[in-house]
Amino acid sequence: MKKILILGGGTAGTMMANKLFKALDRQEWEITIVDQHKTHYYQPGFLFIPFGIYKKSDVIKPKGDFFPAGVKVIYQEIDRVEGEENRVHLMDGSSLKYDFLIIATGTQTCPDETPGLQGAEWYKSIFDFYTVEGAVALQNFFKTWEGGKLVLCISELPFKCPVAPIEFVCLAEAYFTEKGMRDKVDITYVTPLPGAFTKPIATRMLSQLMDEKNIRVVPEFYLESVDNEKKVIKSYDEVEIPFDVLTIVPVNMGSAMVERSGLGDDMNYVETDKETMQSKKFENIFVLGDAANLPTSKAGSVAHFASEILFENMMNAMENRPMTAKFDGHANCYIETGYGKGALIDFNYYTEPLPGTFPLPGIGPFGLLKNTKINHYGKMVFRWIYWHILLRGKEMPIEAHMTMAGKKNDID
Amino acid sequence: MATKTYAGQAVEVNEEGYMTDASQWNKEIASELAKEDGIDLTDKHFEVLEFLRAANEKGETLTIRRVGKSGIVDIKGLYQLFPGGPLKFSSKFAGIPKPASCI
Repeated sequence: MKKILILGGGTAGTMMANKLFKALDRQEWEITIVDQHKTHYYQPGFLFIPFGIYKKSDVIKPKGDFFPAGVKVIYQEIDRVEGEENRVHLMDGSSLKYDFLIIATGTQTCPDETPGLQGAEWYKSIFDFYTVEGAVALQNFFKTWEGGKLVLCISELPFKCPVAPIEFVCLAEAYFTEKGMRDKVDITYVTPLPGAFTKPIATRMLSQLMDEKNIRVVPEFYLESVDNEKKVIKSYDEVEIPFDVLTIVPVNMGSAMVERSGLGDDMNYVETDKETMQSKKFENIFVLGDAANLPTSKAGSVAHFASEILFENMMNAMENRPMTAKFDGHANCYIETGYGKGALIDFNYYTEPLPGTFPLPGIGPFGLLKNTKINHYGKMVFRWIYWHILLRGKEMPIEAHMTMAGKKNDID
Repeated sequence: MATKTYAGQAVEVNEEGYMTDASQWNKEIASELAKEDGIDLTDKHFEVLEFLRAANEKGETLTIRRVGKSGIVDIKGLYQLFPGGPLKFSSKFAGIPKPASCI
């Protein structure tokens, strides 16, 4: 039996297990998944928890429900990959051999990277919404909060889901308006980027949106530390911003396992060929999802599009054919903007988000870089699609490669 | 795209003033670029610039944290060397493209 080993049973690892299990001869190939956690989180849903739109039970299911029967599952922490020996060591001292390895260990928030972040105010007036614990704690805090300065701060780039902080402040704006206390809440969006988003055309649209919603944007702020007593965030160039409640996007890093394996860059992301998804160090190691150091968004949509390319390449690699599929960095993100509306962006390594319609040129139904109700419904329906279609590795009616059809690039 | 003259040499720069051909770079050009932004380059500055050029050549993603871990200077020190935009200015003076996640 030849062995495929998948490290990480999150969005990326689960999709790959399903695709490969369906395609491969079960007499010939054995697929094993290793993950230390048994719960699968629908992470796009975390954003809705602080505002009472989703509850905890809406976003969690057992990981095991999504692995095909016939795939071996080991719940155990991974120590390291020994690429020269085609072997993975687990924390319990056992080890596993592989013919092909897929690293899909994702990215984690590391609040301990920022001095003072996890001080006396942690989960009292400082919250993250990238963990279910943080999102639930923030929901409870908001229920009785009487208003003041709400500051959202992005600690470091890259981080998971680059649009989530924008969605957070937009949803907060709508939430406090609907509660009749918007005049008591001052919302500030603090980012290390020069504007609201990375790319110019989307930044223009999103900056305008922030303006309309009276959300203050503080760009080029690089967080050094948090002062719990004074309740201020401090940048490396000694700018201080006071807060009454701070929602933080902590520093994101890849798994420590990647560092122990000597496969990563200094943020523990695996050095990966951005087109083939192959590790730069070992030919039989592939990387999918947030774990890879690809120059595109860390997001489930990227993992999904990349999984189709990786699947094709692995099928070729397993039969010693050249790998012909090339990933273009395609990302597709719904942006919740509050009041039952949303925007949508679609882009890749080479093309920034542009206005237009998606997925059908001229028809849509979704509007790119437009704030519409139908985009919001797209996001709400997506949770069902995620659990029932995407994770199970079924076909989606969207191409893996980005298309220019339906996009307008003649604006300045 | 435009051609400008630095240290007596014709240099290709983009609309933001970043050099488009890293191979045209030399220390004199770097000093003149830095003067335009009001910074006098010292040996410490050049250590950072050389580090950035080497990392860029290897295709590495450049971040402030990356430079802060280089052993040359910590993040606070980097802000003191290039006030107002450590990576924005240092990459410009190093003759390499402006990193995407730039501050």
